[in-house]
Amino acid sequence: MKTAIVVFPGTNCDYDTQYACTLMGSESVFVWHKEENLPKDTNLVILPGGFSYGDALRSGSIARFSPIMKAVIDYANDGGKVLGICNGFQILVESALLPGAMKRNANLHFISKFHHLKVVNSENNFLSALKNDDIVNIPIAHGEGNYYIDDEGLQKLYNNKQVLLTYCDKNGQNLNPNGSVDSIAGICNENKNVFGLMPHPERAMESLLGSDDGIKMLKGFFS
Amino acid sequence: MKAIVNIQLKQGVLDPQGKAVHHALGALGFDDVENVRIGKQIIIELKQDDKAKANDEVKKMCEALLANTVIEDYTIEIIS
Repeated sequence: MKTAIVVFPGTNCDYDTQYACTLMGSESVFVWHKEENLPKDTNLVILPGGFSYGDALRSGSIARFSPIMKAVIDYANDGGKVLGICNGFQILVESALLPGAMKRNANLHFISKFHHLKVVNSENNFLSALKNDDIVNIPIAHGEGNYYIDDEGLQKLYNNKQVLLTYCDKNGQNLNPNGSVDSIAGICNENKNVFGLMPHPERAMESLLGSDDGIKMLKGFFS
Repeated sequence: MKAIVNIQLKQGVLDPQGKAVHHALGALGFDDVENVRIGKQIIIELKQDDKAKANDEVKKMCEALLANTVIEDYTIEIIS
């Protein structure tokens, strides 16, 4: 198993992501955004968190045009698995690999804390190690995570089981930290091979550091 | 030739910054404010001398990068 971790100028979760991959038993390589190709035997591409291009214009809007993104888009269109975490999720919506858009958090704050999430749909490659309605505790750290999609798009997401995760409290009751439509924290594309979420599973790999729920969450990709 | 591009969240898309500023204006005693929307302005200097061509070019820029048309509207003003 080989995971390609794409690094943009301003990416800062690349090493945490590599740590998580190693823990999950996957080889991983960093791929600089100026590269035009992914390693040939790539099984999974991760766009990690950070502040690519300093979030200029809109988060992810400039990174979307980095040379490597053409290869990532081709890879995704060929059915390859792509996971975008936080800024990676923002890049995926800017690339239109995932529907919708990101706005500033409703309270305008950068929110950095542990948050509970409810699994809405686990019938996909990503969350297959979890069950629907499972609750996990994963850190969030973002200023522009206010997910927006219009009513028609939202209905499509539900109809096709593309809503993966929503924000909740520890009992699974709805709790919306950032104003996202229907408290959505993570989604996938129609073909269920491109996944994006604002929370950081790679920061929840050690119970000593608060939570190891990230292991359960990422397991689907690596088993 | 100069292009002034104004970008705003679409009508119906809640603007968190506008809402906060509206609230703050109310706290300062400006009771007449009915709504506040915040956008951004991008000023582009172009080599192009033809106004229509400049407009077309900037429109392409807006669609490709400057605006996210899922949530934002834009207007273009060309000044020679």
